[in-house]
Amino acid sequence: MAAPYTSREQFEVYRFHWITFILVPLMALLLQAYLPLRVPFFDLFDLPLLVTIYFGVARRNQLTGMATGCIIGLIQDGLTQRPLGLYGMAKTVIGYAASSLGLRIDVDNPGSRLLMGVGFYILHQLIYFAVARGLAIQSLTWRWGHEVIAGVANALLAVVLFAVLDKFRQRA
Amino acid sequence: MENVLKRHGTITILTAVLFVQLLGLAYQVKRPTERGPIRLIRVWAVSAITPFEKVFVHTVDWTSSSWHNYVYLRNVRSQNEELRDEIQRLRLEQVRLSQDANQARRLQALLAFKEQYISETMAAQVISSTGSEFTRGIYIDKGARDGLKRDMPVITADGIVGKVYTVFPSSSLVLEINDPSSGAGVILEKSRLQGILKGEQRGTGETFVGNIMSDEKIEPGDVVVTSGGDRVFPKGLPVGTVDKVQPGSDAFLNVRVRPAARLDRLEEVLVITKVVEKTPDANDTLTGPIRAADILAQRLPTVEPPKAGEKSAPPPSTAELAARERAAKKAAQENTTSSGSETKPTAKAPAPDKPKTASVPPDTTTKEPPH
Repeated sequence: MAAPYTSREQFEVYRFHWITFILVPLMALLLQAYLPLRVPFFDLFDLPLLVTIYFGVARRNQLTGMATGCIIGLIQDGLTQRPLGLYGMAKTVIGYAASSLGLRIDVDNPGSRLLMGVGFYILHQLIYFAVARGLAIQSLTWRWGHEVIAGVANALLAVVLFAVLDKFRQRA
Repeated sequence: MENVLKRHGTITILTAVLFVQLLGLAYQVKRPTERGPIRLIRVWAVSAITPFEKVFVHTVDWTSSSWHNYVYLRNVRSQNEELRDEIQRLRLEQVRLSQDANQARRLQALLAFKEQYISETMAAQVISSTGSEFTRGIYIDKGARDGLKRDMPVITADGIVGKVYTVFPSSSLVLEINDPSSGAGVILEKSRLQGILKGEQRGTGETFVGNIMSDEKIEPGDVVVTSGGDRVFPKGLPVGTVDKVQPGSDAFLNVRVRPAARLDRLEEVLVITKVVEKTPDANDTLTGPIRAADILAQRLPTVEPPKAGEKSAPPPSTAELAARERAAKKAAQENTTSSGSETKPTAKAPAPDKPKTASVPPDTTTKEPPH
């Protein structure tokens, strides 16, 4: 069974196998939890966020983008000791914003993917930080330098990851 | 209304989804104890991820160990030689330290000190992290089915790691000591200053000891051990060493501590499942239960370094040390036989070749505990 998704800008229909929609986010969550144990600096990256952005812009459907972000975010919250909803809210907004952006601009270009990666990463961190500090009374300190560097690193990874994920996209 | 929903449908749904999550968040902040659907979501999330993590970790470990144990055996012969030499050296040291530890126990028994003993531990494998840069936590492959409970201390051979924070049926979340929300009671071994070890608030993974006045003298390299004051970690476990001391806010110092355990490279940990408190028995040997303060006992100033200008004697061989120990025991037995069952002030015969130590004053009436 394959789920049809339409690229409205190009008027092309992309098909993804349903297994892809389950395995890719699952793999992202698994690797995000496992790799920091072996590669200490890996916690700089946020693979579930990149997958949320990818599915958001690829599907170009605000509802599914939002749902994908919400589910991935809540699972990610479930793995931490912090209250549920911090990643959930941040990724819900990112899923929605990414799919809204996918409706308007060409997101297959590596340059636009790079900019999108930096922008969405910083937006995600800002939302998480604001909710965690303002609503969940968590002690966090914002570091601009760190967030910008992490944003660029995530964006570079996004360019590579999105190119790999494009291989799973089938034209109808 | 219908038109508004059609035109702004997705925005309305987005707002509704965010609002529901916000309500859930408010509920959790108001009632920090997780019950009902919140606990359920967490259990589902962990149950969905950890089985894959376990398979993943075991596969990687198996592949890695196969390679290192059966294929890549370069330099193993020379390493064996080095390790044999190291074992010889450590054997000598062990004999000496066991004498020191026994003496420390005898002194503590005399003073009726209550000590914490690590009675039971459980080895666990680290299967994953929390995967978030805002938190510092790890998942281990043991959970409620294995008897783990919240707040049990987690250590490695090098030092403390953290405490069990959430227990799931077959896995547990361990909050590491460098998490911003963690805290552990510590004491600086040299100055005996007590403080609370906390993770850095910015989430950098560094650890700091707070609440130490700025007029205290602390130097980089000072050893930090657990104080036992938090009722989680037994007293005397190694925590780390002071890395940097700088003025903090108000009249306090900012003491950065480098953890003794490699928190970024954890593979296996020990969960302390049972700690007992009892007065030390002078007959306890090193083969008995591991005592939390054994590490401290090993550092008692009984072995004095040779003074400048003095020629230090070469360390005695294991056979020599064993013979001396036998002679000391024999002398003690003869002493006990001659004194009968009366409780008399007895001057302890110094162990051969043993440096003088801070011990019981000669006019103190004591009964030498049996050897």
